[in-house]
Amino acid sequence: MLPSCFLCVTLISIRVRNINGADLTVTRTCRMFSRLKQRVEDVLLPGDEFSFETDDTISLTEAVKPEKAVCGPGLRRSGDRLVVCKSGVLRHKPPNVFWIDSQQRRYVPAKGETVIGIVTAKSGDVFKVDVGGSEQASLSYLAFEGATKRNRPNVQVGDLVFAQFIIANKDMEPELSCIDSSGRANGMGVFGAGGLLFRVSLGLVRRLLSPHNEVRSDLETLFPCELVVGMNGRLWVRSSSIQQTLIIANLLQSCETMTAQQRKELFRRVQQGAL
Amino acid sequence: MKDTPLSNCERDFLLRAIEEKKRLDGRQTYDYRRIKITFGTDYGCCFVDLGKTRVMAQVSCELVAPKENRPNEGIMFFNIELSPMASPAFEQGRQSELSVKLNRQLERCLRNSKCIDTESLCVVSGKTVWQIRVDVHMLNNDGNLMDASSIAAITALCHFRRPDVGIQGEEVTVYSPEERDPIPLSIYHMPISVSFSFFQQGTYLLVDPCEREERVMDGLLMIAMNKHREICSIQSSGGIMLLKEQVMRCSKIASVKVSEITELISKALLNDKAARKAGGRCGFAESMPQERITALKTEETPMEMKDVTERANDIIQKAEAPPPAVSSPVVPVPGVGQVGQQNTWGLEEEDEEDEEEDGEEQKETVAKMEEDQHEMEDRGAGDVVEISDSEEEEVVILHPEIPVKAKNTGSGSHQQGAATSQKRQKK
Repeated sequence: MLPSCFLCVTLISIRVRNINGADLTVTRTCRMFSRLKQRVEDVLLPGDEFSFETDDTISLTEAVKPEKAVCGPGLRRSGDRLVVCKSGVLRHKPPNVFWIDSQQRRYVPAKGETVIGIVTAKSGDVFKVDVGGSEQASLSYLAFEGATKRNRPNVQVGDLVFAQFIIANKDMEPELSCIDSSGRANGMGVFGAGGLLFRVSLGLVRRLLSPHNEVRSDLETLFPCELVVGMNGRLWVRSSSIQQTLIIANLLQSCETMTAQQRKELFRRVQQGAL
Repeated sequence: MKDTPLSNCERDFLLRAIEEKKRLDGRQTYDYRRIKITFGTDYGCCFVDLGKTRVMAQVSCELVAPKENRPNEGIMFFNIELSPMASPAFEQGRQSELSVKLNRQLERCLRNSKCIDTESLCVVSGKTVWQIRVDVHMLNNDGNLMDASSIAAITALCHFRRPDVGIQGEEVTVYSPEERDPIPLSIYHMPISVSFSFFQQGTYLLVDPCEREERVMDGLLMIAMNKHREICSIQSSGGIMLLKEQVMRCSKIASVKVSEITELISKALLNDKAARKAGGRCGFAESMPQERITALKTEETPMEMKDVTERANDIIQKAEAPPPAVSSPVVPVPGVGQVGQQNTWGLEEEDEEDEEEDGEEQKETVAKMEEDQHEMEDRGAGDVVEISDSEEEEVVILHPEIPVKAKNTGSGSHQQGAATSQKRQKK
């Protein structure tokens, strides 16, 4: 299953009419596909494009299989070309998923993403929550598990909430909710006593959330800790002592700029108690 | 845009950590963050990094009329700008409370301590004096802007050189840096401010608070001192009650810190002076580490020398026979042009790089002059060459040797055809 950040899904398949007017469902995807595959793990910049070349020959006799390429964040379809719109490394997940891995700290709200927000105001029936975007999101007080008009949730200004976006587009004010569609909290809600909140880049957050990632497994070898990962670049960590919490926070912040080798080395040193 | 609000859990955590004497980045209570001082290409431009806090100071000067009540003294003007680049909480154009506070503190620290001899800035008493203006820009805010600004301001003032002036009666001539070396300001001492933040009603103290710590602090004590242990300014904000012993302790800590920082500043100034003397490249661009993101980045100035040989040969073949004194063009290595080693071209350097039609006429006349000189040279080898009616003042023929000639002709050959034809016409 794809992570929720894969919002744009595009199919690439072109219908071509030949001179006689007969309909040929020929897809040139396979050529673009191979071109995309060639550039996997390359650094791409905005403006790079994958287009069909005009002198591509299409064999009319061969049976051409239509293939779908799924484009993730950073790739956009414009006409019959795929244009890169973020700078980063092109990644590929077989069979047909491509996306650009970019480093960015500014968060743009997107529907379905779970984020850590800070409650800034209580006005009437909604809480105003800061999520790090250009606007503050609103969170209704009924959007908590077990909340009714009589039974209001215990949320104060300055509390941390882990919520997901139910509305997030550029034309409207974003809205959050602490329950999922079936009415259960599923890990969301107010939290935060005793831990430390800090900011990292969005790339690190996505790395931490991907299944079977190395950073998390390395972290497991250190100390037992609780970690909440918000996709707006905010991390919350709590461990058994303040010193350990600080260590984990600093380690995660430095993970951004280290190679896997250096990270393993650093974690090993911490484990041995050098730091 | 508003800054991110501070959550309750962050505040609690920070205060608890401070009670256990732990700071977010692992520093000790009295430790400063890493200070890095770099200078720009102009005199008087200085960047200071205090951890992640980044500040730039620029000093400039101009001649103005003095104040009425102080006709013998120069004028100092300080200005701190909180750029929106530094933090989303800073708004452009609006004078926030913090901006007013920082401006006032810097003025008291530098002006009232009389660290600069303002009488030496006087040019003509009562008529003309120097006005020295210090602009400090915040580039990144990670706490403790005051200390970073004071270090940047005083370092920039020490680094600055003002133009030399000559006075003849009532007339004042300002010499450019090429005519006379600019002279430094006369600075008596270097006041540097040290900030102490207090937590839990004055129970806990931290030196050099970072941005998070500044958000949870109760009050701030700023002590400006110089290395001779003289307090230049002391200010307490936030309304906390401090005991006498606490203030004495802070001033002792401040004197230690100030002597360390003053030493760092002197070292940085010395390094910069040595670098400038050695002719090395100095300046802001050099102080940034080279982060190569593009593989095709080149450091040399690109010069369009792709088909000079072909064009040159082409033109030579088409034109009439050149005068015998001139040898065939020499391009040392394909694609590399030798311009600028022994510089006899003056204006022609730029023309060559362009290879545009715009400069062609100029090229032609200059090439013509060159050839006149060549001919003169051949006539009197070893004699002092007189450049009689040359339009260029800078053209100097240093050594009348073949490489120079070849270079001249090598690059002048593509102008040769046109030039020779012009010469023939003139003749």
